[in-house]
Amino acid sequence: MVSNSSRLLAAAGLSLILLLGGCKSSKPVRAAGGSVKPESQRKQAPDFSLKDGDGRTVRLADYRGKIVLLNFWATWCGPCKIEMPWFMDFERRYKDQGFAVIGVSMDEEGWSVVKPFLEDLAVNYRILLGDATIAELYGGVEALPTTFLIDREGRVAATHVGLAGKSQFEDGIQTLLASTAAGISAGAK
Amino acid sequence: MASRRFWPALLPGFLLAQSSGVLSLAPVEKLAARRGATVDAKMAFILQPGYHTNSHTPSEDYLIPLKLTWDKGPLEVVEVVYPKPHFEKYSFSEKPLSVFTGNFHIVTRFKVAAGTPSGPNMMSGKLRYQACNDKACLPPKNLEVKLPVVIQ
Repeated sequence: MVSNSSRLLAAAGLSLILLLGGCKSSKPVRAAGGSVKPESQRKQAPDFSLKDGDGRTVRLADYRGKIVLLNFWATWCGPCKIEMPWFMDFERRYKDQGFAVIGVSMDEEGWSVVKPFLEDLAVNYRILLGDATIAELYGGVEALPTTFLIDREGRVAATHVGLAGKSQFEDGIQTLLASTAAGISAGAK
Repeated sequence: MASRRFWPALLPGFLLAQSSGVLSLAPVEKLAARRGATVDAKMAFILQPGYHTNSHTPSEDYLIPLKLTWDKGPLEVVEVVYPKPHFEKYSFSEKPLSVFTGNFHIVTRFKVAAGTPSGPNMMSGKLRYQACNDKACLPPKNLEVKLPVVIQ
């Protein structure tokens, strides 16, 4: 009987771990890389209002007309550190074609940890300090890095959750740049 | 037979699992502590497969260390002993990182705090951790830890 009770308790304990653990735990985060969606499937990227390191208010709407790579990251996120030099490269190469990178730091400690980190990496694109509101607007942003590629009309053209390949981002940027160029060229005729 | 349908209702409170994010604490047994002696509480943590947490001594400055802290209570912390970390290489790291994976134990050595009355009591603490898989990281979380104690 004692043995049966112990087994019963152990089994019940294990069930509870699985039950409660399963209820409260996050869903496994799998890297998801999105190629550029057809225009008909793109949804409007939520507008936001956040501060940059100089205290200036920045809105996504300020970037209307540009292709925007919106990257959620944090200083404690190893995979984010891999992507940042790629984004710096994109900013340098495509800035003149109407492209911009915006980084949104999700560090709870704020600029005191973010600014030294940016200086170390010599980041050349705009960084904003994120909060729960923007995370909510963009679907929770449970895993970092999470990156959205936004077209010139302010619609989400691609989403990448987790570390993606540099070429995946670049293919998306070039596709959007090319579609704009094609549109301009068609309009000119 | 009927009672088997109500297992959870029969469980003592201290056997409840504690969980936050991808990390859970296995059911904790009541700890008996005698005055004048030290006592070890060994707690088993369970990390979801595919994830790792930084160890208490991360390899890089920018990484958030795992840390178990206890609130002031009937027991005083003498020492927290963490397991030996693994060193594992991930796609986002140039060199192997000091991490915990799978199931691991943390031992806290306690002594009875002065002036604590005999009888049942509770220690509360939190395990701060930050987990990643090979491609993405989750925000730092605090796993609340409850340890029932009996002061003898």
